[in-house]
Amino acid sequence: MSVDTEEQSRSTSRDEAVAELEQDWGERPSLRSWFSTVDHKRIGRRYMVTAGVFFILAGTDAMILRTQLARPNATVLSPEAYDQLFTMHGTAMIFLFSTPMFFGFGNFLVPLLIGARDMAFPRLNAFGYWVFVFAGTVMFTSQLVGRAPDGGWFGYVPLTDTPYSTGINLDVYSLGLLFLGVSTTAGAINFIVTVVKMRAPGMSLNRMPLFVWAIVGTSFMVIFALPALNLANAMLFLDRRFGAHFFDPGHGGSTLLWQHLFWIFGHPDVYIIVMPALGIVSAVLPAFCRRGVVAYPLMVLAIVTISIISFGVWVHHMFATGLPQLSYSFFSAASTLITIPSGIQIFAWLFTMLRGRIVVRTPFLFVVGFIVTFVLGGFTGVMFAITAFDQQVTDSYFVVAHFHYVLFGGAVFPMLAGIYFWLPKFTGRMYAEKLSRWAFWLVLAGFNTTFMPMHVSGLLGMPRRIYTYPGGLGWDLWNLISTIGAYILAVGLLLVLIGVVHAVRRGAPAPDDPWQGDTLEWGTASPPRPYNFAAVPRVHSLHPMWDERTTVALATGEPLPGHQAMTTSELDGREEGAIEMPEASLLPLAAAVGILVAVLGLLWAWYWTGWYWLAGAGALLIFGALARWLWPPERTPEEAGVAS
Amino acid sequence: MTAVAEKAMAPRLLSAEMPSGRTTGWWGMVLFVTTEATIFAALLGSYFYIRFQSGPQWPPPPLEDPKLTKVVIMTALLLPSSVPVMWAERGIRKGQRWRLRTGLAITMVLGLAFLGMQAWEYSEDLKKHTLTTDAYSSLFYTTTSLHGFHVAVGLLMAGWLLAASLRGSFGYRRHERVRLTAIYWHFVDVVWVAIFLCLYLSPRL
Repeated sequence: MSVDTEEQSRSTSRDEAVAELEQDWGERPSLRSWFSTVDHKRIGRRYMVTAGVFFILAGTDAMILRTQLARPNATVLSPEAYDQLFTMHGTAMIFLFSTPMFFGFGNFLVPLLIGARDMAFPRLNAFGYWVFVFAGTVMFTSQLVGRAPDGGWFGYVPLTDTPYSTGINLDVYSLGLLFLGVSTTAGAINFIVTVVKMRAPGMSLNRMPLFVWAIVGTSFMVIFALPALNLANAMLFLDRRFGAHFFDPGHGGSTLLWQHLFWIFGHPDVYIIVMPALGIVSAVLPAFCRRGVVAYPLMVLAIVTISIISFGVWVHHMFATGLPQLSYSFFSAASTLITIPSGIQIFAWLFTMLRGRIVVRTPFLFVVGFIVTFVLGGFTGVMFAITAFDQQVTDSYFVVAHFHYVLFGGAVFPMLAGIYFWLPKFTGRMYAEKLSRWAFWLVLAGFNTTFMPMHVSGLLGMPRRIYTYPGGLGWDLWNLISTIGAYILAVGLLLVLIGVVHAVRRGAPAPDDPWQGDTLEWGTASPPRPYNFAAVPRVHSLHPMWDERTTVALATGEPLPGHQAMTTSELDGREEGAIEMPEASLLPLAAAVGILVAVLGLLWAWYWTGWYWLAGAGALLIFGALARWLWPPERTPEEAGVAS
Repeated sequence: MTAVAEKAMAPRLLSAEMPSGRTTGWWGMVLFVTTEATIFAALLGSYFYIRFQSGPQWPPPPLEDPKLTKVVIMTALLLPSSVPVMWAERGIRKGQRWRLRTGLAITMVLGLAFLGMQAWEYSEDLKKHTLTTDAYSSLFYTTTSLHGFHVAVGLLMAGWLLAASLRGSFGYRRHERVRLTAIYWHFVDVVWVAIFLCLYLSPRL
């Protein structure tokens, strides 16, 4: 037999194995499979689309707010409507948009970046998505019927407690966020376990992409921070509905307890939002600088350090509450300290650009836009770490300017970079470069025109959260500029949306690796097949796709057969063995519907009266679905292993 | 060279990570328990926050220190209940299904007895104060009933395992769910120790 025919027969047997994989993993498009899918790529795309819809809704809220504030004494909105709009704008942007959007990126990308076939718990993943959709829908529906939360996104008591806030508005807030917390916690656990156990053989921790490190750091912060928010919301609900007194100083409670619990969650949450964005920056830069991010070990240390220090700075949100001076000094120092790891990351990116050969494309432009705006937000952030300054400008528009620079600059710019960068992988289509550049310049100009003047109006004494203001206080011009900027920003974001829709509908088919990227997702098809990788990738370095050993093995390696995925050891990524992956199932949806019904039951107080039987049925559905979900397969004594 | 020394000096073993054999399920349960424990930590933190801002008397008068008799019995029921779970898990690792079934049954009896005692304790406490009396009472009832709920969930898990084991799903090859349920049960147990120390013993200090 000649060498040629031998090679040929090997490649035919590989083709057959791949065809079998298509059989094992493929999902026939049907209504049932739409509801039952557990494919991390479909779920990830859904997360992103749903979070995008919530972004449009919450952004529309902001446009109405800015229209009201364009001129003094405007009457576009009543004070009550204004309260609901700014509360929903903040709450939705923080909870229903940023984190879920990054969870969508993570869901789609983490298994691909680590060379896995799916998340560690695919059904839990589907469950998390359904819970997120339902929680978001409940919260936005409350806005449609004019009963949305109206106590500000951080819901300070006593304003949000009875008797100062009656009505259902803040119950929607506390229950909606508790409901959403289930999804976020499930997602965080899933990310950590996936990264710890499912990395491709050879991907030891020191070869793990920085984006994956960022998602892991984020997930650990969720694990430890979210319980504080959940507890605070549970207490608020008990206070409001069942007459408990956690936050009632008249009965020995404390209003500051809410602020402590909220910010013990809230400050890590700033990093929960920003850190995946920083990860995207580290993922995008190598492709457009044609080299890896410099100082990889320092970058990893920075991610870990930020995750830890972020738990020690929460009181800087409370510098104006009259706590002991000594505690202010401590938290002021910690808040200043956290700029060090952030600075390390910024300088590492700058040096990556300096040492690299830059290719300017839209994702790169958004990264540069991010660095500029995020650093400006960082400057004002350092100012806020100084107690004396903070007490002067807190609750003014200066704060509004600051956190929009941090959150829009720090999270949305990298997100847009990520969307353009991975759109070929998400959809299999390329975006139109020219349109996307227009979008970039409009977003950058619109953003700065909106928020830069707020620094000034804030320093001139304009408080946040006022529904209107009298003329002649020196604020008129700055507010008008902000509103004009907001419209420019909206046009820019609209162009992004048009660009994405256009790409999906008419875009040029994307090659597998349009950017010559360095990480494993570029070693799959665009969009990837349901099993991601036919052969399990072997990783030998930090940049597997720039490493011939990996690319050759990916193209010619023996496919891993069946509905299976590889597990590896936690630290060194040693091969441990293949495990059977769960099939598609409707149970995650059923469990999520059960929780939805139970939450609605609590919201409408169906405890003993009303439709209490429906709420009870919801609770039963949760337990039934979970019991069925976790019921072990029947095994023969030989399979299970029984001592004779 | 002896066989043991040969094995120990094989390069693969020398560089193998310890501990090995952690599965995805193990990590998932440990992380779940961690985030749950953080909720209890935040609750007990809130308890001391309120307490340190309260007057010199704690619990705030006219309430008295919580009675200990029943709670000590409850502790004596719940703490040892981890032992049969461990014994059951060891058993199923050797493929002894009877040990799994017996151990789970004993644990469930102890857990149910704990919940019964708690209901009895509540029926007496509620005559003195309720959730709506003051912040101390709100914290007391929320913390203890949240823990009671966790015991109930643990019982459901154990009962479900018992049912599955009667049908014959587990053996020395397949017993991961037993291990995961055991982790959860130990967690519920350890949290009770913290609650006992903070809510019942610390007011007497």
